[in-house]
Amino acid sequence: MQGNNSTELLRFTTAGSVDDGKSTLIGRLLYDSKSIFQDQYDAIEEVSKRRGEEGINLALLTDGLKAEREQGITIDVAYRYFSTPKRKFIIADTPGHIQYTRNMVTGASTANVALVLIDARQGVLEQTRRHAIIASLLQIPHLVICINKMDLVDYSQEIYDRIHDEFEDFASKLDVHDVNFIPISALRGDNIVDRSQHMPWYEGSTLLYYLENVHIASDYNFIDCRFPVQYVIRPYNDDFHDYRGYAGRIAGGILKKGDEVMLLPSGFTTRISRIDTYKGEVEEAFPPMSVIVHLEDDFDISRGDMIVRTNNAPSQEQDIDLMICWFNERSLEERGKYVLRHTTKEVRCIIKEIRYRMDVNTLHRDMNNRKINMNDIARISIRTTQPLFVDPYQKNRITGSVILIDEGTNETVAAGMVI
Amino acid sequence: MKYYLNHLEELESESIFILREVAAQFENPVILFSGGKDSILMVYLAVKAFYPAKVPFPLLHIDTGHNFPETIEYRDWLVKHFNLRLLVGSVQKAIDEGKIKEEKGFNASRNGLQTYVLLDELEKGKYDAALGGGRRDEEKARAKERFFSHRDEFGQWDPKNQRPELWNLFNGRKHFGEHFRVFPISNWTELDVWRYLAAEEFPLPNLYFAHKRKVFERDGVLLADCEYITRRPEEIVNEEIIRCRTIGDMTCTGVWRSTAASIDEIIEEVATSRLTERGGRADDKRGDTAMEDRKKQGYF
Repeated sequence: MQGNNSTELLRFTTAGSVDDGKSTLIGRLLYDSKSIFQDQYDAIEEVSKRRGEEGINLALLTDGLKAEREQGITIDVAYRYFSTPKRKFIIADTPGHIQYTRNMVTGASTANVALVLIDARQGVLEQTRRHAIIASLLQIPHLVICINKMDLVDYSQEIYDRIHDEFEDFASKLDVHDVNFIPISALRGDNIVDRSQHMPWYEGSTLLYYLENVHIASDYNFIDCRFPVQYVIRPYNDDFHDYRGYAGRIAGGILKKGDEVMLLPSGFTTRISRIDTYKGEVEEAFPPMSVIVHLEDDFDISRGDMIVRTNNAPSQEQDIDLMICWFNERSLEERGKYVLRHTTKEVRCIIKEIRYRMDVNTLHRDMNNRKINMNDIARISIRTTQPLFVDPYQKNRITGSVILIDEGTNETVAAGMVI
Repeated sequence: MKYYLNHLEELESESIFILREVAAQFENPVILFSGGKDSILMVYLAVKAFYPAKVPFPLLHIDTGHNFPETIEYRDWLVKHFNLRLLVGSVQKAIDEGKIKEEKGFNASRNGLQTYVLLDELEKGKYDAALGGGRRDEEKARAKERFFSHRDEFGQWDPKNQRPELWNLFNGRKHFGEHFRVFPISNWTELDVWRYLAAEEFPLPNLYFAHKRKVFERDGVLLADCEYITRRPEEIVNEEIIRCRTIGDMTCTGVWRSTAASIDEIIEEVATSRLTERGGRADDKRGDTAMEDRKKQGYF
């Protein structure tokens, strides 16, 4: 696949408060990058007119379900797509209401970049802090602070500087590595795709330029080899009589033919004899490739096992500390039992201890009120029925993450990050 | 060597991951095959995901009886080519047996009737996962769809009761009688599908390429003249050079005036098109939330 197919994929999440113009910003990106079709445009033009709004309400482009269009709010993660000659973009558009932390966490889990919107008239709000804390918890590699509605503050550099400094001061307490600031007006299109004529004092890039050029090739872990076995391929036919391949998606490191590897949980060592894809053999495989790995020796390996390098294994633990975000209306139960999913493995676990509840607005650790309700963030200790092969989430977002499932309802009740 | 995938390779890898996850997590999955390019892509990705083993799911085609003949021809070729297993659920049979009633009038369509037959077939076959070729960029109700979309024992979709999906952890646990719809190509756009199929040089139904056909216009949409549509006297049939951008029933699939005869010309046309592909679907024009309403009832 060459030519115009050689574009990279960038996933970003947007978070914003109720009226800070997030939908307008996305509408603007779609509109200015010419990703809106005429029939979609006509449809929102008609609705805008019917509602008696001035001009075209770009926010309508991202409003999905009937229920939320009636209420004028977005109630779930919606995925949007647009592309430029350089990159294809997937936007996880998440609502900013206090009760929807879970959506923000969901959108953040796979994002390379987080856009946090700040209304220039309001400055850094509690919700801004919450978004930034979640971005840091979920280890989104790049953070862009869009200071929006600059048109409503006369494109004032002074206001921009003040918000910039205030946020930077706060961000120093967070685990974020790459923070950028862009003054914009989503409504007027300033610094979205084209440079603003109104803010000559701003010398940085436009938002789209940033999204097209930010370095994301290193966002995966290419150091520590992790291959969770997902599915065993056994054709049982005459042409491939002894074929036995381990299918999965590389979660970390670079696997090569001939590498000495260790199998978990058995601890046996062997070598990679071949790495297959439908198109044929490959010499190397790296995240996020889906491949089939063959080993020199026959072992009894199944889904949930992990193939790693001999000198670089994850920890094998039954007692694990997690930061979790709670998703369910029923509170987390101390001593409660849940189903846990980690890579391709499913085990059961018991909640040994709720250590503290973290205030997502202040980072404060509340040791007293440890009742964990929907949208709360907490640190907990669990014990699993079998060892998991885990890395700290900071080191690997794939082998460091889990979900908890209610055994009775089968709902996904929490997302967890290994500490 | 550069250690990154281009966007099509990454989408392919993601879809293959989902397909293998379905094989691992469910006992009795089935691929819903519509005959369109999205379900063709899905079948092709399934072949890739399990090669050299056979695709571990059968194909289920809900045949409305109003298909383009080319669709059926292609379907049978595909099944033979990849040595797949095909099951057909017939809307005509359900009508003949009096289980459902045909719509009447000028815009009569069997689109809505498919849902009944689909749910009936899923129940009969005791399928616990039905793979669909839905894409999130297709329509606004689909923008929030999960990869693993939970359906209750009535086959219904409740947008408020969907499970959050994080990282690459998919929760396919369910109670007896419930099932999942799984959408492995959720993150592909129309253009991605075309570019990928072009790069792979995968053969597609002739309907997608410009050809001569007898057509007439209704409500701004160009329809193929066929025995399943009752024309109004003022609706005049002309022979034109057209192609399909989506493939559904002849009664509701709008065709486009186009001279795009090769996949590269199609990509060029799609890339510069000012209308969405579903813009030609009469079934979506029945109201602003037509898709959302049908989904809730158990549509694809």
